[in-house]
Amino acid sequence: MTHPRPESHTPDPGFRERSIWSKETQERAARIVARYPLRRSAVMPLLYLAMREEGYLTDEGMEEVSRWCGITPAQVYAVASFYTMYKREPVGRYLISCCTSISCMLLGSDEVMHSIEESSGVPHGETDEEGLVSVEHAECIGACGGAPALQVNYELIEGVTPEKARDLVQWLRAARPEVLDGDEMQQLFGTRRSFDWAIREEEGAIGPYPAFGPLGTVGES
Amino acid sequence: MKTPLVVTRRMTEHPADSHTIERYEATGGYSQAKRALGMTREQLVEEVKTSGLLGRGGAAFSTGLKWSFLAEERPSYVVINADESEPGTFKDRQLMERDPHQMVEGTIITAVANQAHLAFIYVRGEYAKPARRVQKAIEEAYAKGYLGSGIFGSDYELDMVVHLGAGAYICGEETALINSLEGVRGEPRLKPPYFPAAKGLYMKPTIVNNVETVSNLPHILAMGAEGYATLTPSEDSGTFLMSLSGHVARPGNYELHHGITWRELIYETGGGIPDGRELKAWIPGGASAPWFVPDRHLDLEITKEATNAAGSMLGSGAIIVVDDTTCMVRATERIVRFFAHESCGQCTPCREGTTWLEQVLRRIEDGMGRPVDLALMLDVSDGISVGLDWPPKMTTICPLGPSAISPILALRDYFSDEVQEHVRLGGCPFREVRAHA
Repeated sequence: MTHPRPESHTPDPGFRERSIWSKETQERAARIVARYPLRRSAVMPLLYLAMREEGYLTDEGMEEVSRWCGITPAQVYAVASFYTMYKREPVGRYLISCCTSISCMLLGSDEVMHSIEESSGVPHGETDEEGLVSVEHAECIGACGGAPALQVNYELIEGVTPEKARDLVQWLRAARPEVLDGDEMQQLFGTRRSFDWAIREEEGAIGPYPAFGPLGTVGES
Repeated sequence: MKTPLVVTRRMTEHPADSHTIERYEATGGYSQAKRALGMTREQLVEEVKTSGLLGRGGAAFSTGLKWSFLAEERPSYVVINADESEPGTFKDRQLMERDPHQMVEGTIITAVANQAHLAFIYVRGEYAKPARRVQKAIEEAYAKGYLGSGIFGSDYELDMVVHLGAGAYICGEETALINSLEGVRGEPRLKPPYFPAAKGLYMKPTIVNNVETVSNLPHILAMGAEGYATLTPSEDSGTFLMSLSGHVARPGNYELHHGITWRELIYETGGGIPDGRELKAWIPGGASAPWFVPDRHLDLEITKEATNAAGSMLGSGAIIVVDDTTCMVRATERIVRFFAHESCGQCTPCREGTTWLEQVLRRIEDGMGRPVDLALMLDVSDGISVGLDWPPKMTTICPLGPSAISPILALRDYFSDEVQEHVRLGGCPFREVRAHA
């Protein structure tokens, strides 16, 4: 056998009594685990769930995930530290990720990034004192036809200018939207798009993690 | 010849509701998945082989041949690679946002052909909106009885699960993707076994196909393998989504057939170079592909074979165009930085080499370059990809490291004067041209 197989053990039967998550979150976690042939495969969605609970990944959150997956906290940490989207430090309510890869760079993304840093006072990888806005530069986010592009909590805005980026920062701080609506932000702060988005979406992000169906989209069934 | 639209037809003709199951079914949707259930595995594999369908994720490997490698052990799994992250590529995003049912139906056909009862859609984490659309489409398909137990009234059971990545380009490599799905670090696996079709997810036979690849399947069954193979005059069957970005007047995704020239693509489809500037170079197939330049490659035909013969590849179909105000050192630095950031760190030549290349490029751009720097970069590159050949020879488990060399080869072959100019001036000669920060 070339590859050691990932093991996952049946969790200790009492682990849910010691859970740090609410009953509702536990139900959601149980549904996620049930989708995979092996408990361990649920580690990635459960890490998002842990971020949703506390805003970022705490040691306690990762330990909780390890109990659900039947693996050790170190094995969970190994996964969490591999990916850029799992934040192991506190993140602001709004995470601005400015693409600075080649296609965006060619159309001025460095100026957009500079404008975000300057207007927010937050450099790459940092969060403001209030815990409201975090800023990072990102590698290609798949919006090259609408370059330069950025995301706020992974909701996309295409065709951004340095001026619009500054307006975005001011708007986030003043309006403090509960839900980040991608279509609304595109309308306010974007211009050219990669393609016609065509369809108005009613959903949006509510935290610095992707607003995807089972993990915190508004209106989740 | 105008390319007949295949995978973008519905979203072009019905822009307002191409993503809904109502529109999908009203335009023939799900009839081919139902038909596939009445076909044998052999028939389906043969049909796809005959169609000449090539994988659209980057390697352009025959999809039918890949399917034929499926080992006999069961269970088998199907995984759709929607981890689109190659710089310049945004085609799968459009397919998922605008016509998610087409991909779901293609996935059902793939699962039936490969006798899988569980299919994963691995969507990159930054694609929150495409993931929502796909999730919604899957829920609609469940409600209609097209997924779940006894699909389309048969006794076949099929479940489909969206799995969100978390920001790692390397997970687009199929064995890294499988590791990621298993819940371990998303590092590529050492080969052999070469094909997940033999040993993949949980070491069971697994078919990994790209979003655009499977989006073609309902159409192949509908028009027949021969019909699909003769749809366009090109030797590469079918249509290809090409993502145009950078300095072109009309960037975007275009569904085209192979056999047109780069001149046609850049100047006719893309509308040429804006602001009266000149074409300087372009990447023919994503950031991993070696650059092309106008005086050598502009009238070359866009086909898999012609592109490979000219020392590059069509890859993921991403074309990044740069005009004559672009500093090639800076462009190269940006691409190499990407690979340095995305290196998983398993193999020393890639982990160390990409980082060193990035640092040397940055010092040249910042005016601290030395006359030997180009030779130094080629030496480091040679340590990652011995002989600097095309296709690259690898000292690494996966092709990520060797991909980072592609733009360095362009510096050597076409832009060495520009590198030396930086060294001589002690700075970037383009800084004044485009006032970059």
